Amino acid sequence: MSSSSQHNIEALLKRRYDAGFVTEVEQETVPPGLNEDVIRLISAKKNEPGFLLEWRLKAYRHWLTMEEPRWAHVRYQPIDYQAISYYAAPKQKKDRPKSLDEVDPKLLETYEKLGIPLREQEMLAGVAVDAVFDSVSVATTFKEKLAEHGIIFCSFSEAVQNHPELVEKYLGSVVPYTDNFFAALNSAVFSDGSFVYVPPGVRCPMELSTYFRINAANTGQFERTLIIADEGSYVSYLEGCTAPMRDENQLHAAVVELVALEGAEIKYSTVQNWYPGDEEGRGGIYNFVTKRGACRGRRAKISWTQVETGSAITWKYPSVILEGDESVGEFYSVALTNNCQQADTGTKMVHIGKNTRSTIISKGISAGRGQNAYRGLVRIARSAEGARNYTQCDSLLIGDRCGAHTFPYIEVRNRTAQVEHEATTSKISEDQLFYLMQRGLAAEDAVSMIVNGFCKEVFKELPMEFAVEAQKLLGVSLEGAVG
Amino acid sequence: MSAQPQTRAGAGEAFAAAFRERRGGLPGAGLAWLEGLREQALERFLAVGFPSPRDEDWRYTDVRVLARRLGVPSAGPGPVAEEAVRALAFEGLEAHRIVFVDGFLAPALCAVGPLPEGAAVGGLAEALARDPEALAPWLRLPEGADGLMALNLAFMTDGLHLRLDDGVVLDRPVHVIHLRSGAGASAHLRHVLVLGRGARATVIESVAAVSEAEAVDNQGTTVVLGEGAALDHYHVREAGPRLYHVGAAGVRQEAGSRYVSHDVTLGGRLTRSGIHVELAGEGAECVLNGLYVVGGRQQVDCHTRIEHRSAGAVSRELYKGVLDGRARGAFTGRVVVHPGAQRTDAEQANHNLLLSEDAEADSRPQLEIYADDVKCSHGSTVGELDETALFYLRSRALDEALARSLLIYAFASDVLERMALEPVRRQLERRLTERLLRPEEAEGVI
Amino acid sequence: MLLEIRNLHVSVEGKPILRGIDLAVAAGEVHAIMGPNGSGKSTLANVLAGREGYEVTGGEVLYRGRNLLEMPPEERAREGIFLAFQYPVEVPGVSNIYLLKAAVNAVRKHRGLPELDAMDFLKLVREKLRLVQMDEQFLYRSVNEGFSGGEKKRNEVLQMAVLEPTLGILDETDSGLDIDALRIVSEGVNSLRSPERAFLVVTHYQRLLNYIVPDRVHVLAGGRIIRSGDRTLALELEERGYGWLLDEAARGQAAGQAAS
Repeated sequence: MSSSSQHNIEALLKRRYDAGFVTEVEQETVPPGLNEDVIRLISAKKNEPGFLLEWRLKAYRHWLTMEEPRWAHVRYQPIDYQAISYYAAPKQKKDRPKSLDEVDPKLLETYEKLGIPLREQEMLAGVAVDAVFDSVSVATTFKEKLAEHGIIFCSFSEAVQNHPELVEKYLGSVVPYTDNFFAALNSAVFSDGSFVYVPPGVRCPMELSTYFRINAANTGQFERTLIIADEGSYVSYLEGCTAPMRDENQLHAAVVELVALEGAEIKYSTVQNWYPGDEEGRGGIYNFVTKRGACRGRRAKISWTQVETGSAITWKYPSVILEGDESVGEFYSVALTNNCQQADTGTKMVHIGKNTRSTIISKGISAGRGQNAYRGLVRIARSAEGARNYTQCDSLLIGDRCGAHTFPYIEVRNRTAQVEHEATTSKISEDQLFYLMQRGLAAEDAVSMIVNGFCKEVFKELPMEFAVEAQKLLGVSLEGAVG
Repeated sequence: MSAQPQTRAGAGEAFAAAFRERRGGLPGAGLAWLEGLREQALERFLAVGFPSPRDEDWRYTDVRVLARRLGVPSAGPGPVAEEAVRALAFEGLEAHRIVFVDGFLAPALCAVGPLPEGAAVGGLAEALARDPEALAPWLRLPEGADGLMALNLAFMTDGLHLRLDDGVVLDRPVHVIHLRSGAGASAHLRHVLVLGRGARATVIESVAAVSEAEAVDNQGTTVVLGEGAALDHYHVREAGPRLYHVGAAGVRQEAGSRYVSHDVTLGGRLTRSGIHVELAGEGAECVLNGLYVVGGRQQVDCHTRIEHRSAGAVSRELYKGVLDGRARGAFTGRVVVHPGAQRTDAEQANHNLLLSEDAEADSRPQLEIYADDVKCSHGSTVGELDETALFYLRSRALDEALARSLLIYAFASDVLERMALEPVRRQLERRLTERLLRPEEAEGVI
Repeated sequence: MLLEIRNLHVSVEGKPILRGIDLAVAAGEVHAIMGPNGSGKSTLANVLAGREGYEVTGGEVLYRGRNLLEMPPEERAREGIFLAFQYPVEVPGVSNIYLLKAAVNAVRKHRGLPELDAMDFLKLVREKLRLVQMDEQFLYRSVNEGFSGGEKKRNEVLQMAVLEPTLGILDETDSGLDIDALRIVSEGVNSLRSPERAFLVVTHYQRLLNYIVPDRVHVLAGGRIIRSGDRTLALELEERGYGWLLDEAARGQAAGQAAS
C-alpha cells in the first residue's frame, strides 16, 4: 500500500468530517480524536448504563497500553487514530437517497452485475431495498414475528436499553477487551451493531440478516455483534456486506461474539464485499475484525462461513473455543484478492472439551497483485481427549504477480487427538481452460467457472440465495484478472 | 517498536568482557576483516540479545532455559578418551574422521586418510591460518542474524572446513564428531563446506557428550554448492540429557546442485536445528529429512526455510516426530517461492505421534508463494496410530503392545529408509528398535 | 458346532446394520454369505474378527462353545479365526516376513508349541508361497505396500495358509481380481479345506463359488438372512439377480406383519 493511498484515507476522513457530518448534522458528531471524554460522550448520547461506560473506559485504558499487531502478512501505512471521528449518528431520513435516481450510478451498476436489479426490487417494495438504504427497518420488520418465538433481534443500542442484563452477562465474555488491539479499540468506541438472543429449545424460523448495516457507513466503523443461542436452540445468521460502501477508505474494526450453550447451534455466514480500492490500490476498507464464538456446553456447534471478496486489507480470524464436550466448530472460507488487495485470514479452533471436533476448509484465490494468506491455529488442550481436526487449505493463483501464503499453527497436547492439515497451491490449469474454451466459453467465463468449482465446498455451506450472490460476486471481483 | 534485548542483566557485559579477553587468541586474530566481523557480530548480539519466545521464529524453543546456561565460551578442550570416539563410529563405515572437543579440533583423535587432489578436509582455524582470503566470502554476518548466530560468529573457535575444487569427488564420507567433555559452558563451532562445480561429498556429523555436565553447543554452518555439486549431509544427535544444542545451517545452491539432509535427533535436553536453504540456481534440488524420537523432558525444535529463488527447483521435506514422556517437538518449515521462480516443485510434510499424556507436538508448515506456475503442497498430522493397521496386525495374532511398537517403529524408520548411507541407516534402525521393541521382538524387524 | 451365531444385532455409529443373524457353521463346511451392497456382509465378517467401531447390541456368538465377542482380535486370531480382508491394509516399514513370523510364533505360543526356528519357518513359508504362486521377494517388502490388488489378495491367502486357521473368513476376496488371480486364490483356499476347518466366504458374485464350492449359501439383505440354500441358490441368484428375492422377502415381511 502506497503512502498516497494513506493520504487518501486521511483526506477522506477529513472530508467526511468537513463536508459530511459537521455541516449537515453537526450536533450528532464529535471532532476527530480519541480520549476519555469522547468515550463518555458516546456513552451519554446512547444513554448507556454505568457498567457499559465503565467497561468502555477500561477497554480504552487497556488499548492505550497496546501496540498495533504487525505479524499479519499485510502492509499498510500506520493509521492515525487521532484523525478518526469516533461518533457520528446516522444521517436523518432526509439525507438518504429518496429515489434510486439519487443513488450513485456505480452502485446500481454493481447491483445489475450481481443480478439484483434494484429497480425491480424497488417495485416489489421488498426487503432487499430496505436492506440497502435503511439501517433499522429490516430488524423491525421481523421483530414482532420473532418475538412470538421469544427471539430478541434488535440493534445493540436497543439491547442495551431493553435487555441490559443479557448484555452485561455476555458482552466481552468471548472477546474480552484485552484480546487484541482492534478489539480493545472497538470495545472502547463501538457505535452500534446487532444483538440476538434465542431462548432455550427455539429453532429460529428464518434466517436473520444484517443487510441493514450497509448504510451505517456514515455512523462509524466499529460495530459490535452479540449472538446468544440458549440451550438447544438454533439460529442461522447472515451478514451481508454485498453492497459496496458508498464511502471509500475507512477503518472497519468490528467485533462479533457468539455464545452457543448446550446443544445449541449457530451458523454465521458472511459475504463481505467492502470497497476494495481501485486497480492501483488507492482507497478501500481496512477490515480488521475480531470474530469469535464459544461453544459453552455439550454438543454445541458454531459454524462460520465467509466469502471475502472486498476490502483493501482483510485481517480476520473467525474462531471457535470448543469448551463443551462433543462440541463442534467449523470454518468455511473463500477469500479472493485481486488488484492490490491483501488478505490475512483464517481461524482458530481451540479444543478444550472432550471429543470436540473441528473442520477447516479454506480456499484462497489470488489474482492481479493480490496477496492472500491463510493463517490458522488448531490448539488441542490437554483436556481435549479424543479431539479431532481436519484442515484443508487450497490456494489458486491467477497470474504471476500475486501471492498465496499458508501459515497454519498446530499445537497438540493430547495424545488421543487427531489433527490433519493439508494444503495445496496451484494455478488454473491450462488444460481446464482450453477444454472449457473449446466448448465455447469466453476466457473470463471459463476462469469464473473453474474458480466457482474450486470454491464449491464452501459455497454449499451458504444459504441458497447467498450462495448464488457469492458466485456472482466472484465473477465480478475477478473481472480483469485474466487477459 | 524498539527491540528489547532479552539478555539477562549483566550477561551482555559478561560476553563483552570475555570477548575482550579472548579475541587475541581466537583463530584469525590479526586479520582485519575477521576481527571486523567478530566485532560486528558481538555488537549485534549486544543489541538484540537472545531471541525471545515472542519472536515468531523462536515461539517453540525455550530460549530462556538455553540462555541461562549459555555461559562464556570454553577456553580449551577437556580430555576425551579415544574409546568414546570409537564408540561413535558407524559399523562398516570407512570415513575420514574429524573430532571436535568442546569447540576445538582434537588432532590426536582425528583420522583423515589420503585425499584426492583439490580436496581439503580439516579444521577451520587451521584453514584460516593457511589461506584466510579463500574463506573471507563465506564468513559474514547474515542480514537479520539473531543473537545466537551473532554470538557464534563473534566467538567461533574452530569448525569443519571442507573444500572441494570443481569436479572433485570425495569417495569416502567425512565423519565429524562433536564431543563435550564437561569443560566450559558453551562451544561455538563454525563449519564451512564449499563444493565446486560438480563436486560431491558426504558428511556425517555426530553430536554426543562424554560428560553429564550441562553444556551448550551453538553451532553455525555455511554450505555452498556450485553448479551440479552434491552434498549428503547427516546429523545424528545422541547426546545425553544435559546437552543444549543449537545448530543453524545456511545452504546456498547453484544450478543443478543437490543437497540432501538427514537430521536425526534422539538425544540432548534441547535441540534447535535450523536449516535455511537458498535454491539460487535453476533446477537445484534439496531434500530435507528429519526425525526426532525423544522422551523425558527433551525438547526439539526443527526450523527450516527453503527459498526457491530460481525456476525449476525442487524441494522435498519430510519431518517426523515421536514424542514420549514430557517431551515437546516442534516443526516449522517455510517454503518461499520468490517472484519468477516458475515451475517450482515443493512438497513438505510433518507427521507426529504422541505416546504419552504429557508430550506435546507443534507443527507449522508454511507456504509463501509469489509465482503462479508452481506445484506446492504441505501436510501435517498429529495423531494416534492408524487404527486399521493396528487391527490388521492384531487380527494376525500379534498382541496390541507389539502391534503398536511395530507401527511406531515403522512410522519412524520411514525417514531412515531414505538414507543412502547404509551403515548410518542400520545403526539408527538398531537404535530405534532398542528403544521401541523388546530384544526378542526386534529380531528381523529391520 | 464350530461357530454359532444367535440373533446377532450390530450397529455402526448408532445405525443398526445387522438385525438378527442366526448362523451355524460346523467343522469341515464352507458357507457362502451373499447379498447386495450394503446388506451387512462385511459387517458380519469384521464383527467376527473383532474390529472396533461395531457395536453388538444383541445376540451372541459362540466359537467352539466360547463367547467369541469377549475376545480381543489377537486372541481370536490365536484361537484360529482368520479374516482375509476386503481391503488388505498397507503397513509400510513392517516387512511381510516379519509379520508372518511374529504371527506364526504368537499362534504357536498360544497353543503351547515352541517357536519355529528360522530355517523351519522359511521352509514353511516357501512351501506356502508356491501355493499362491508368489515370488519370494514379496516376503521382504513391506506388508501390502505397493502391491497390486491381486497381489494383496494372494498375500492374504498366503498368510492364511501359513497360519492354518480353524475358521477362515474371506471378505470379498474375489473383488478386483482378474480371472487368473481368482483361480490362484481359490486353489489356495481349496487346498486348505479339511474336515477340521471351516470357511465363511463373503461375496457379492456367484463367480467365486464356481471355484470354492460351498456347502451352504445364505443371502443377507437389510441385516437379516432372508434365504438359505445349497449351492443352486447361488446359481439362481446369478441368473435372476437379487431383486426377486428382495421382493419376495418384502412381501413375506408384509404378510407377516399383516398376520400379527
